[in-house]
Amino acid sequence: MLNWHTDGWIIVTGVLCAVACALPGAFLVLRKQSMMGDAISHSVLPGIAGAFFLSGSRAGPAVFLGAAGAGVLTAYLTEWIRGKGRVDEGAAMGVVFTSLFALGLVMMVSAADKVDLDPSCVLYGALELTPLDTVSILGWRVPRAAAILACVAVGNAALTVLMFKELRIASFDPALSSLMRINPRVVHYAIMTSVAVTTVAAFESVGNVLVVAMLIVPAATASLLVSRLSAMLWVSVGLAALSAVLGHAGAVFLPRLAGFASTGTAGSMAAAAGLLFVAGLLLSPSQGLLPRAARRLWLRLSLRCDDLLAELARLDEQGVRHVPLSRLAHEHSGALGRFAMARLRVSGFVRRSADGVSLSTTGVQRAALILRAHRLWESYLVQELASRPDHVHGQAHVLEHITDKEMRDRLASAVAAAQHDPHGKQIPTEPDATR
Amino acid sequence: MTLIADEFAGEAWRVILLQDYNTRLVTLSAMALGASCGLVGAFMMLRKRALLGDAAAHAALPGLCLAFFVGVAGGLVEKSTPLLLLGAFVSAALGALFVVVISGRTRLKEDTLLGVVLSVFFGVGVALLGVAQQLPGAQASGLESFIYGKVASMVLQDAVWIGGACGLVCLACTLLYKEFTLLCFDPAFARGQGLNVRWLDASLMALVVLVTCVGLQAVGLILIVALLVIPPAAARFWTDRLAPLLFISAALGAISAAMGAMISALLPKAPSGAVIVLCAAGFFCLSMLLGPARGLLARWRERRAFVRSVRQEHLLRAVFEWHEAAGGDAPHAAPLDALRSARRWSRGGLAAAIRQAVGSGFAVHLSGGRIGLTPEGLTKARELVRRHRLWEAYLIHHADIDPTHVDRPADELEHVLGPEMTARLSAALFGGEGTQPVPPSPHALPGPHVDGGPNRGGL
Repeated sequence: MLNWHTDGWIIVTGVLCAVACALPGAFLVLRKQSMMGDAISHSVLPGIAGAFFLSGSRAGPAVFLGAAGAGVLTAYLTEWIRGKGRVDEGAAMGVVFTSLFALGLVMMVSAADKVDLDPSCVLYGALELTPLDTVSILGWRVPRAAAILACVAVGNAALTVLMFKELRIASFDPALSSLMRINPRVVHYAIMTSVAVTTVAAFESVGNVLVVAMLIVPAATASLLVSRLSAMLWVSVGLAALSAVLGHAGAVFLPRLAGFASTGTAGSMAAAAGLLFVAGLLLSPSQGLLPRAARRLWLRLSLRCDDLLAELARLDEQGVRHVPLSRLAHEHSGALGRFAMARLRVSGFVRRSADGVSLSTTGVQRAALILRAHRLWESYLVQELASRPDHVHGQAHVLEHITDKEMRDRLASAVAAAQHDPHGKQIPTEPDATR
Repeated sequence: MTLIADEFAGEAWRVILLQDYNTRLVTLSAMALGASCGLVGAFMMLRKRALLGDAAAHAALPGLCLAFFVGVAGGLVEKSTPLLLLGAFVSAALGALFVVVISGRTRLKEDTLLGVVLSVFFGVGVALLGVAQQLPGAQASGLESFIYGKVASMVLQDAVWIGGACGLVCLACTLLYKEFTLLCFDPAFARGQGLNVRWLDASLMALVVLVTCVGLQAVGLILIVALLVIPPAAARFWTDRLAPLLFISAALGAISAAMGAMISALLPKAPSGAVIVLCAAGFFCLSMLLGPARGLLARWRERRAFVRSVRQEHLLRAVFEWHEAAGGDAPHAAPLDALRSARRWSRGGLAAAIRQAVGSGFAVHLSGGRIGLTPEGLTKARELVRRHRLWEAYLIHHADIDPTHVDRPADELEHVLGPEMTARLSAALFGGEGTQPVPPSPHALPGPHVDGGPNRGGL
């Protein structure tokens, strides 16, 4: 199954790549420049090809310089076209990176006779091949890609730690950072350079589109989970490393289930990052779709409970002590209504008898509070805001659910302790006062 | 040598006149694709979703691979374009839909969602592609070509698909022209008019996804994005109106596609998709430079004209005020030295201002190195000084600014105060109808105190 030497190095390289990407990526996400990661990862192509033309080597410092130059050029041109031409930022970015990518493709194809610059390697990367190309460091045979990515990861970590204050202020409040003599443009281009260098280091192993996955996706997931910048950076790094490990496992094991040989690790790293993102999107306690839907449902349930109690109390006032469920058709409708009734019975506000339901003692007290809030609001709206009596029920019906004791007291004093609401119904008294 | 050149020229003519069947097919379908991309791209740009096409194009890959699996499982060995296109369409639409539905529901911004969809879908696609290539017939099915595009190897069937998609896009844009316009410029108003904005957005996105999927195999993944983004952005420099914008955008898309296809027919080594994009990029640069609506040249000229008129107005006011302070008789005139020290002129600014004013008939050279105002110049100068002083008076009386500090702000505003504003200022200050003569200056004027000049109130 797994060969510890090969697979170990693939995982190490993947983790290093993911960690190196996650740090500048977090700032791209925060600064609403995620697509800049996509743009730069495409437009470093002419930089690489140009550096290759000049230096004749496929690796080495020239390629990094060329790529960094192309990355900064992309950021600069985008900014220039947006400012001078008043073009929408997304469109400006699209113009710049597609043009540069096309230029890079032409340059690579015309160089293809002389070198093995393979465009498809640029798109997909070949993480599996990294253990084959090694360099010797202190007598150790280390994959070249792993060594380069380790350097870049350390460099990005150093940049993040040393410039943490500047990065934070310039990302969250550019105006303040100008006042504090931190030039936001310098910070902007520092991030862009870091993205470009990271991209080109990660290029050979994961390919250019998947660099975007490593840049953006863990940071996006992290921003769903936590709200502090330092926490977000740690979480993105952790998620990035996790998606590298899960990605390799998925690439090796999943295709075997269907009887195929293993597939590319880079692609499944992106897929694993995507799965983690979807999990975060659905389950994050503060932002997640499911917890928020559950909170909304819980709120609707308590509103429906209030409505049921108030309706039972109104019927009680009319002398209907035991209410058949058929008379609560509106409040008791649907699954929500039945669930609300069950909740009221479990919490002892409502009793079930043979000829219907009735309020318990605690239920009567609780319902009286709701009715009191409702009728106080109706009086207030009519007396103080000069609303028409036949128009206030709906508004009071909304407000009754969010009116606490202090508010009820203030309303009561505002309507001069009126005994009856505008429709002539008696306003129940506050239970504490009667006690 | 000349023989080769002649041969190349002959070849070029054959290509340009579309004499080869293959060139004709490729060029015409590339043009159709360019035009329809330009058309929907323009709407997408105005909707501020220019890069949604990018995400959709990348998101097409997993669907493509899955469709290929389905085809193999169903026993199809040959490449089945409709099936692959259907797969691509469904997954690209899912990607685009994900962005639109999720944005606004969490704190994630739309650009982050675009990046996530783009890279994750593509990653899944690449992983599936790694498996798909282990199947027999994967090479023949041309899955690879969906990423890079192979314009030159296009066959009639591909051209038919592109033509059909182009026709559909044109039809939809014509029928829904009014609705799309509202959607792009004022979605809230569109909703108020009873239009279903969600469905309109969805149909616009469906059109984008359609041209993206059809175009993928013609120009490749990134390069279809270029066709969706570059022509509309270039067209924006030429006009401020929607209908011309759509025409120009479609035309630029078609022309760049045609040029690119022809060039790559002549130079078989050049990757056709990239050449098409470079042609479009060239048109973008030209448009940004020359476009009359927002182009750099047009805006530079506008700016220069304004600077010149401001300079000339400064001269007229300087002459008028010097003469007024000196209390001389007609004609209104001032010596050159006095004008030079009246304000801080830019280098050569005074000479240029005089040249301009003389050229447009507002000023004349008088004897003794003096500059005089013609009757037209006098009218204009009087109006200017009036505006300047009205604004000064307004600042003094209504903004409580010290009279010694009002000259500079008034100096900047006098050039842009329209007649209506002047009348309102005059009414606010004097209650009159705006027929007031030039009010006196609230502060000392520089002119007469210059050495050698006559003194105010003297003699």
